[in-house]
Amino acid sequence: MLKINKLHKSYPIGDSSLHVLKGIDLSVEAGEMVAIMGSSGSGKSTLLNIIGMLDEADEGEYILDNVPIKNLTEKKAAIYRNKFLGFIFQSFNLINYKNALDNVALPLYYQGLKRKERIEKGLFHLEKVGLKDWAHHLPNELSGGQKQRVAIARALAADPKLLLADEPTGALDTKTSHEIMDFIQSLNDEGKTILMVTHEEDIASMCKRIVRLKDGVIIEDTFVEQVRASQYV
Amino acid sequence: MNRTRSLLSGFTVAFAISLFAILFGIVNGLVNTFDSAFADDASNSIFVQSGMTSKASNGLQAGRRIQFKNEDQAWIKEEFGDKVQYITSRVYLNVVATFRNEKSNYSIRAVNPDHQYLENTKVTYGRYVNESDIKNKTKVVVIGRLVEEDLFLKTTAIGKYINLNGIQYKVVGVFSDDGGDNEERLIYMPISTAQQIYGNNDYVDQINLTYNPEMNFDAAIGFSNLLTKKMKDRFMVSQNDQRAIRVRNLANESKAINQFTFVLGFLVLVIGFGTLIAGIVGISNMMIFIVKERTKEIGIRKALGASPKSIVSIILLESILVTIIAGFVGLVIGMGVVEFAGPFLEKYFIKDPSVSLSIVVGAAITLILAGAIAGYLPAKKASRIKPIVALRDD
Repeated sequence: MLKINKLHKSYPIGDSSLHVLKGIDLSVEAGEMVAIMGSSGSGKSTLLNIIGMLDEADEGEYILDNVPIKNLTEKKAAIYRNKFLGFIFQSFNLINYKNALDNVALPLYYQGLKRKERIEKGLFHLEKVGLKDWAHHLPNELSGGQKQRVAIARALAADPKLLLADEPTGALDTKTSHEIMDFIQSLNDEGKTILMVTHEEDIASMCKRIVRLKDGVIIEDTFVEQVRASQYV
Repeated sequence: MNRTRSLLSGFTVAFAISLFAILFGIVNGLVNTFDSAFADDASNSIFVQSGMTSKASNGLQAGRRIQFKNEDQAWIKEEFGDKVQYITSRVYLNVVATFRNEKSNYSIRAVNPDHQYLENTKVTYGRYVNESDIKNKTKVVVIGRLVEEDLFLKTTAIGKYINLNGIQYKVVGVFSDDGGDNEERLIYMPISTAQQIYGNNDYVDQINLTYNPEMNFDAAIGFSNLLTKKMKDRFMVSQNDQRAIRVRNLANESKAINQFTFVLGFLVLVIGFGTLIAGIVGISNMMIFIVKERTKEIGIRKALGASPKSIVSIILLESILVTIIAGFVGLVIGMGVVEFAGPFLEKYFIKDPSVSLSIVVGAAITLILAGAIAGYLPAKKASRIKPIVALRDD
């Protein structure tokens, strides 16, 4: 599904540069649910951004679904992001003047789907996250948990191969966090491959595999017994 | 989106367009005033009049009276051929006209048939003086609309006989004229008839002609200068004598007015475009702010698969929309002012000011272009935003 070899990334800071990723090797199979952990500055967000094609590596190899991701033009990157990836952000990143349905349908618009089809698919995914009745509400009329569910519906709308979540529960209280994690687990049960960055141990333990980063290298990569979030809900 | 900012930036564009519409309307009104001042006569008219010589020449003393005759009109036509479009002579008379119990004084112009085109006379009923009238010296007249009103009251004049100083003339036509009431209180008759009855000679008071309209102003002025010179030679008048033969060419005046309106129109364009450019800069400035405000949204869209092209079109469309709405408001205000104030401006030589449809269409196209220009750089900037930078949580 996803294969990374000797990935390096550094950022220029003044005259010197900061070496953030120092040779990462990682391979993820379809259907996995991986937590990337590490303290701030460990490079976990940078790794996620490179996997999400929002950033490009300096060195190394990145193959996603048998497609080498290298020297992409803006246009090509846009097409790959739309086709392969679904993003879930800590701060939801919904467009605040568009209602829930329009937010969910946005990736479908960039796929070139007709309006009728977009609405149909958008409603289907909103129903999946249990917010069909909220389709015509603006984001500021929704609670944090509802917003994140709209964001998840949006990430799912284009039927991506890989879901990338950057601290998906970071802005939510414990109860809502567990509801969201329960939902993400159910998506994984259906076969979606999920990669998430988190610094919370209990959230990481709800994944099937934990990758720990420190100072730009992987220090631990273990498969764990998944804790089901449903027991807390 | 910041509405106040859009409103303020749009205001400049609206102001530019309304200013342009108002100025354009005023210039149009001025042009209309000039046009109506000359509506009476064909704009390519040349008038040739005679008087007393003021200088001695060729051994002849000053104070000699110059008298044009029929043969002079024929000579001009022969001498200048194609350069002359229409030509007529005029004899002036004053008569007392009576019909039944109505009686009044009128001026008569005895003319050739071409006179109708020179004077822009519009025959409303019947016909004008024709060649057969000239040849047969028929006793017919064409009377002005107000003459008919004065003498024939509510009845129609055509076919009836009118008495001019004791001689009966048949009314064969009634005319109207844009030159005003005085022009419509005239009576036209065949020049040959007048010459026979009132003088038994072939004297002519004035010769009017129009030059070939294919000539430009400079050629026309050259033509009338040559005509003046040749006429002076013909009558053995000194070339420096300004009184004996006077030639007035409307091309002189038309040329001055044309230049005047051209310069005015040019000034309006410069002012209008200058203000519009200020408006474009304003909107461009606003769009840069809007791109900054929407950076996060643009980042989200890119993460969801928006191509750079679609980002450009979002910003460009907003820019064009603001410009068009503002421009349209400006156009409506400007046209409203012109429409409303128009009737009160006639005493300032501004008649029927208006903004033509072609100007409106031109303005609309200019606005779309202006909006596109204003939005282009900010839109390009927006398309280069890196999603990772835009999405960074502050």
